[in-house]
Amino acid sequence: MSDDAPTRFAPPTSPAGAPFWEASRERRLVLPWCDGCARPHWYPREVCPHCLAPDVSWRPSDGRGTIYAASVMPKPAMPMMASLVPYVVVLVDLDDGVRLMSNVIGCEPRAASVGRRVRAAWEPLEDGRHLLVFELDD
Amino acid sequence: MTDPFRGRAAIVGVADAASPTGELVGTTRALEAAMVREALADAGLALTDVDGVFAGTGGTFMHSMELAEYLGIQPRWTDSTQTGGSSFEVLCEHAAAAIALGRCEVAIITYAATPRSSFKRGGPGFGGGAQRAAALAAGVVPPMVEWELPFGMRTPMGAYALAASRHMAQYGTTSEQLAQIAVSTRRWAARNPRARLQELITIDEVLASPYEATPLHKLECCLVTDGAGAVVLTSAERARDLARPPVLVLGAGTSHTHSMISQMPDLTVTAGTVSGPAAFAQAGIGPDDVDVLETYDSFTITVLLALEDLGFCPKGDGGAFVADDPLGPGGSLPANTNGGGLAYTHPGMYGIFLLVEAVRQLRGECGDRQVPGAEVAVAHGCGGVLSSTSTIVLGTEATR
Ligand SMILES: [Zn+2]
Repeated sequence: MSDDAPTRFAPPTSPAGAPFWEASRERRLVLPWCDGCARPHWYPREVCPHCLAPDVSWRPSDGRGTIYAASVMPKPAMPMMASLVPYVVVLVDLDDGVRLMSNVIGCEPRAASVGRRVRAAWEPLEDGRHLLVFELDD
Repeated sequence: MTDPFRGRAAIVGVADAASPTGELVGTTRALEAAMVREALADAGLALTDVDGVFAGTGGTFMHSMELAEYLGIQPRWTDSTQTGGSSFEVLCEHAAAAIALGRCEVAIITYAATPRSSFKRGGPGFGGGAQRAAALAAGVVPPMVEWELPFGMRTPMGAYALAASRHMAQYGTTSEQLAQIAVSTRRWAARNPRARLQELITIDEVLASPYEATPLHKLECCLVTDGAGAVVLTSAERARDLARPPVLVLGAGTSHTHSMISQMPDLTVTAGTVSGPAAFAQAGIGPDDVDVLETYDSFTITVLLALEDLGFCPKGDGGAFVADDPLGPGGSLPANTNGGGLAYTHPGMYGIFLLVEAVRQLRGECGDRQVPGAEVAVAHGCGGVLSSTSTIVLGTEATR
């Protein structure tokens, strides 16, 4: 494998998720908020999962949150991530009020434990989009 | 007033297949047919009696239609519900309801999978990769592919590991406590000559086994084996005249909270908090009345959460509850008496084996691993990634 082979899976983009991925090109975090009940949701959907309203507005987020759950992978889930092990998979509760899956980078994986504060970071994907990951923030 | 569901249907025939080698010979369809034949013979019924077909797996698309065609059955009731490992408890609930309504009289549920021998032959083994690829080819982006797959969580163990991490942080549950569940289960497996793993293990050995995804160790994770099973149900009236003592379906409940783990509302609370109380309410009994518990053990944490959610101990107390080996032979709550998915067999969807073992315990057929005088058993399935649960309360004729 060459040194610059991608280590990150660049996922296909759903229509509902497109605004998130477009903003990720500029490392901007935006979240879907329902125009009907004024609540955020994650993952992006064509309708609000709280009230089924079909109108969603995208609002910026400061990307801060708290680790809700964490697990270190001693083996890669896919071969392209082999050079990254061990790495930590987390669920992050954003202060905005949604929970999402991600990784915490830039620290010992075991340091990214439940309750730690984190802030958004971005890992480049080969197509110019970025993957939303996190760094410790406390 | 007695619940209209309670005791109206009975499990009258069971069969299952597993091997200490982990492998079975034959295609999944041939194994399913053999299981149906065995379970019908066990009941003293014939293929021509069957008018309800319940198959959550096994076909390429329309599971119950493909199974019924293969077996030569034209049913009056058909059901292809798929909720992962809990499918067979869900199908048992549906079959009992259909029988209680008189919409069918003799129902079969069956399952076979051969991930171990398939993998050895170079096949895909167990996993959802093929379905994901098919969805993508059809132009649909499954949410899991877009919002979870990029982060490299090993599936399914990573999802359960996240739940374990949360339970430990929130309630102080320890790795030693979780390991005790694997130790207790292995004590049962040592009494089952068909179990894949029959050697006794210690907590230290569990903790010394490598992590699959922290905090879960290899010996806290279920097997990957070939396996097959079948269950036959009929009305409680007809059951009286059949070959074996009937095992009555006293109550059933089902729920699900999410499909992918990042959408689970609370990683320490499963849908068992809905399915369990519903099943117990119909049965008119509570957790204290349960003589034997067959509960899905894909991972140690799966058992711990079920114990809390079904009411065997308060939420958060699961670690302390399991520590003194109540789940093992001679314990206060004998559980997973065949050795479970951790040590008996786990072909990917384990739910049928919960029902088969519960029935055999209530019939008193379990030999060295028999729980003396068992009259009430619970089979509690869990599917997906802690996503779906289905709880079946079963009882002997004495509980009618
Ligand atoms: Zn809304």
